[in-house]
Amino acid sequence: MSSIKIRTKRMNDKTQIRLLIAHPMEHGKTLDKITQQPIPAQFIRVLTVTCNQKVVVSCEMGDSAAKDPYLAFILKGGKAGDKITVNWLDNLGNTDSEEHTIK
Amino acid sequence: MTNPRREFLRKTAVLTTSVLTISQSAHAQWLSDNFSPNILNDIAKSDIIDTDKIEIKLPKIAGNGTAVPITVTSSLDNIQAISILVEKNPIPLVATFRLSSQLEAFVSARLIMTETSDVIVLAETRDGLYRAKEQVKVIIGGCGT
Repeated sequence: MSSIKIRTKRMNDKTQIRLLIAHPMEHGKTLDKITQQPIPAQFIRVLTVTCNQKVVVSCEMGDSAAKDPYLAFILKGGKAGDKITVNWLDNLGNTDSEEHTIK
Repeated sequence: MTNPRREFLRKTAVLTTSVLTISQSAHAQWLSDNFSPNILNDIAKSDIIDTDKIEIKLPKIAGNGTAVPITVTSSLDNIQAISILVEKNPIPLVATFRLSSQLEAFVSARLIMTETSDVIVLAETRDGLYRAKEQVKVIIGGCGT
């Protein structure tokens, strides 16, 4: 299952895009409660949102973003059938992407 | 526009866009320089205009610093990028959003705050950098300690 959930909502001449990504976003300073060892850092570095193959948001994130990041943007215009794709890359090289069609 | 930092930022923005348009799988560049503890000093050197045209929606008091919701809206024209920084976090920069002209100046996210601190929002437009600040009181910090 994809780690990304995309929801869109059309409002008059705008479209709201909401993203919820399941990701630990560890900043590498938390200690494991049992072993007392720091949990290695794992966080999303780059996230891009495209609309109909055109990049609309490119986002660089640091380790101060909260666990399971939630992001929202508002697109000017947007009509039914427009394709939204989201993909991310974290510091360990993992990637994921998800496609969504505006209803 | 002879500020080397701004010139550098503009070049990376241009590079990022060109790379992204050529190949969809290629990601934007993640610069470790921006995500270092020194970024506040770097910012202090560049000329920034304080403005009330950036509206930050944040809780005044956050019970738990692990997920503080933030919503940024702005009435500034031609916004190219919005950056969110938490002044007292070990790494202040939370995220930089490069917005295309297809998007409204609206960003919503959640951030970690280690302690009571100012949250700074920087908006980069064609005319320069704009800044707005808001303080959040944190009762339990979000750094696991």
